[in-house]
Amino acid sequence: MSWVSSNLGVIAASALAHAALSAPTVVLSFVLSVPIGWLAHRYRLTRGTLLAVAGVLYAIPSIPLFVILPIVIGTSARSPLNVVIALTLYGIALMVRSSADAFDAVERDVVDSATAVGFAGMQRFFRVELPLAGPVLLAGLRVVSVSTVSLVTVSGVLGIPSLGLLFTDGFQRGITEEILAGIVATVVLALLFDVLLVLAGRVLMPWARATARRAPRARTREARA
Amino acid sequence: MIEFRHVSKRYPDGTSAVEDFSVVIPSRETTVLVGSSGCGKTTLLRMINRMVDPSSGSVAIDGEDVAHVDPVRLRRRIGYVMQNSGLLPHRKVIDNIATVPMLNGVPRAQARARALELMDTVGLDRSLADRYPAQLSGGQQQRVGVARGLAVDPNILLMDEPFGAVDPIVRADLQRELLRLQRDLGKTVVFVTHDIDEAFLLGHQVVILQKGGVVAQRGTPREILARPANEFVASFIGADRGKRALRVARADGVDVVVDGDGRPAGVLVGTEEDAAAGGPGS
Repeated sequence: MSWVSSNLGVIAASALAHAALSAPTVVLSFVLSVPIGWLAHRYRLTRGTLLAVAGVLYAIPSIPLFVILPIVIGTSARSPLNVVIALTLYGIALMVRSSADAFDAVERDVVDSATAVGFAGMQRFFRVELPLAGPVLLAGLRVVSVSTVSLVTVSGVLGIPSLGLLFTDGFQRGITEEILAGIVATVVLALLFDVLLVLAGRVLMPWARATARRAPRARTREARA
Repeated sequence: MIEFRHVSKRYPDGTSAVEDFSVVIPSRETTVLVGSSGCGKTTLLRMINRMVDPSSGSVAIDGEDVAHVDPVRLRRRIGYVMQNSGLLPHRKVIDNIATVPMLNGVPRAQARARALELMDTVGLDRSLADRYPAQLSGGQQQRVGVARGLAVDPNILLMDEPFGAVDPIVRADLQRELLRLQRDLGKTVVFVTHDIDEAFLLGHQVVILQKGGVVAQRGTPREILARPANEFVASFIGADRGKRALRVARADGVDVVVDGDGRPAGVLVGTEEDAAAGGPGS
């Protein structure tokens, strides 16, 4: 464990940089995918096209993408922005389908009744459809989050600071311990992200758990009568 | 008063849900639209709050054509209760009831205080206020649905098969409660059902619909029972059979009423005029 103990600072700094690349990617994937997923859910005609295009994004090989992106968008080759944008595309590829499914899973009756009592379009989206799509959105986002944390390591090849640098450096210098440290740290970071998402879900969607538990029914007039 | 004037609804695919429907729904009474599925009753109900806009004809509330009213504002002053309650599963009971007043800008604390009062009105224990809808029984959920429908103190309450998904005993209980509420509150209730017994129980006016929103007969339950307009109505209300075709039979010197199958339904104690005059049976 000598390499690890003498390089804790390097690991911590890499992990921090790794998190700084992952977090905005996950957030962007979510924010961009939800409206696209909603469109796919809402309009039958667009559904096939949107889901197909989003799915194909995932087939783009990552290293060439990292090479092409700076040329297309005019960033420098080692800009972290390239990583965030490229991995957001992969995030969207996963998340659009989840989002469409999430909105599909919201009961039509509930949306109708929200309309009937006077929710206007945007109010209905933010206060009814989005929260009710929440559990399925969260499930999709957890996959995106784990996948993103893992994919960020590829940016190590470009020399952009992340836990991926521990792999490339470890390979070049033949330090097995450094490679292992990189793997373990990546897994731990992915788990940490996952735990945060689950906790956020519990705070934002207290009803989902309360409903799943099904508290004992209260006595009512009809029960007493 | 709600007035349907020559209302039709045709869909782009050529099917027609309603054809030239005209009916006046008087204020402060319950009007029941009853018919089998496909008769357009829900479509008609939804035209009142503009969930559906008619292809031709118009719907007017107190003389004002609803087509000229902003649908969202219109809906916020009309109560709506539907089958399976239509409650928001992610909001607590109290917030579900307070939803519409808060959309109208009533402060949260005030809306929640009013919601608790409404729970009393519809016979729900206040201890249920912090539950989520899925934690309630079907009957309780419907009561919350009714409370939500009443939350803005609307003149009009639209009810779309609200008791269709609960068991018969709870349904009977809810029907009794609705009759009581209606006696106390005097709303203009438009109630949709496929159950003719429910229609006769709740309706001051009953509109029997045939396929395509054709009015087979309109009248008080008594008028319809006394003179079914045609074969369809007679068969729909079952006038010629079972518990509606009653006969008087003499047994031990008492008039016993028996149904179409010869089963005793009750005892004849006199006429309604006797009862009104304080005679036997009162």
